Amino acid sequence: MSDFEIFWTRFTSPGHFKNFLTGLQNTAIIAVFGFTIGLILGCILSTILIIPKKNLIVTVLKRIIDVYVAVFRGTPMVVQLLLFHFAIFRAVIIPPVIEASLIFGLNSSAYMTEIIRGGINSVDKGQLEAGRSVGLSFTTTMVRVVIPQAIKNVIPSLGNELISLLKETSIVSFIAILDLTKAFRNIAESTYEYFVPYIGLAVVYLVAVIILTIIIKLIERRLRKSEKK
Amino acid sequence: MKRNKSAKFLKSQVTPVEPYDPAALIEVQHLTKNFDALKVLDNISEKIFQGEKIAIIGPSGSGKSTFLRCLNVLEDPTDGYVFFEGNNLCDLKVDINEQRRRMGMVFQQFNLFNNMTVLKNITLAPVHVGLQDLHSAQRRNFWIKFKNLFKKKDKKAPLYPIQTSAKKIKEEAKENAMRLLARIGLADKANVYPSTLSGGQKQRIAIVRSLAMNPKVMLFDEPTSALDPEMVGEVLALIKELATEGMTMVIVTHEMGFAREVATRVMFMDGGKILEQGPPSEIFGNPKNERLQDFLSKVL
Repeated sequence: MSDFEIFWTRFTSPGHFKNFLTGLQNTAIIAVFGFTIGLILGCILSTILIIPKKNLIVTVLKRIIDVYVAVFRGTPMVVQLLLFHFAIFRAVIIPPVIEASLIFGLNSSAYMTEIIRGGINSVDKGQLEAGRSVGLSFTTTMVRVVIPQAIKNVIPSLGNELISLLKETSIVSFIAILDLTKAFRNIAESTYEYFVPYIGLAVVYLVAVIILTIIIKLIERRLRKSEKK
Repeated sequence: MKRNKSAKFLKSQVTPVEPYDPAALIEVQHLTKNFDALKVLDNISEKIFQGEKIAIIGPSGSGKSTFLRCLNVLEDPTDGYVFFEGNNLCDLKVDINEQRRRMGMVFQQFNLFNNMTVLKNITLAPVHVGLQDLHSAQRRNFWIKFKNLFKKKDKKAPLYPIQTSAKKIKEEAKENAMRLLARIGLADKANVYPSTLSGGQKQRIAIVRSLAMNPKVMLFDEPTSALDPEMVGEVLALIKELATEGMTMVIVTHEMGFAREVATRVMFMDGGKILEQGPPSEIFGNPKNERLQDFLSKVL
């Protein structure tokens, strides 16, 4: 029997195949939920960062966000995962998949805050001034004029973030979650044959990323089209 | 409208407020603007009356654009005050958005909203303002109705009359926008995005966009500086047309010929001060200030 046949018989055996499906599901859940949580948090935090007022509350909030971003961007994802799972959430019993989604969400929100803030800043300042000069408020101008343009600038970076998030989920087996990587590792370790399973694993991730890339490109093209009518 | 009992200013505004001249449309008192250590505007006091067409000329870096931007407080003055129709625009309690609706502004870089069609560009502000007023009236009526539930029949409070609807506001704004577009001969461009237009077209649409709010005064910030030479004419023609209709306007410009033709008063600015002003025949024909003579000898 060749290496591939060994792998294939293991892979298609009911136990391992079920593992594979659960792993795929967990990976997808963590990536999608993490992304969503990160996006929502990132939007809120970057909104606070662009408030032009200079009163005490806003200044303090901005400082706190700066620290938050520095901490979550400056420490490795694995460390955050271990810290949250074994120290902070130790006494709290929540499903590990939800817990991982939350931590990935917090981590990616730090990146997304910066991405969204950059996207808003990259819109020409004249757009805001034009809106204000016809008598619209700061908020109205932001919502109607600046943010729609910022979204277009931000989509590629957010897509990037989603892809890297998907790949980073491969570390959740550190806190005993059965994800895609864990499912394939189980196969490899049961046969002591590593080459084919890990190549297979890489291919699965690659296919997922390629599908995501195509979707992101489609969204991007759709948004750009509206401008060139 | 809300009445403001006491005014509130920025900390840097230390000059006492002087009573304003009710005859002036815009009155500027001791206007000073610093960008950090750099003093851009130096204690300018000036009055602009209804129907005047003011051209501001001067070398670059003289504070012309900053002065113009201070007139509708896009730039917060460091010190001094700007009155528009008797409202102190530097008072933080004055609703600046409401005041700016009556001041049109045209930028050097056009600044059309890139994410909207030409028509939407023009109707955005009128529709938004109209809907805002409508909704606030509806809210008030709702409360009055609610309170009326507990009153006797003969003591019920009257409702605010609402003669318009959201649909009507939108249609009227659209009609007005199409009328304005037809006037500048761009009615066929109503549904295209700004990225497909030429500079001259963009600038004329930007002018029309401010006109849609029926402003009392128009501020032009170097309207032709970013245009190709062959497109300058069409924009200047439109501005000239507005001038003959009696619109009050303040124009920062490098087009001396245009300033001479259209302006009723020309101001020469340098170093953050208005060094000389007067009718164009005086300024261009018989300049007294040395700097102005020097400037004119270079540009004419």
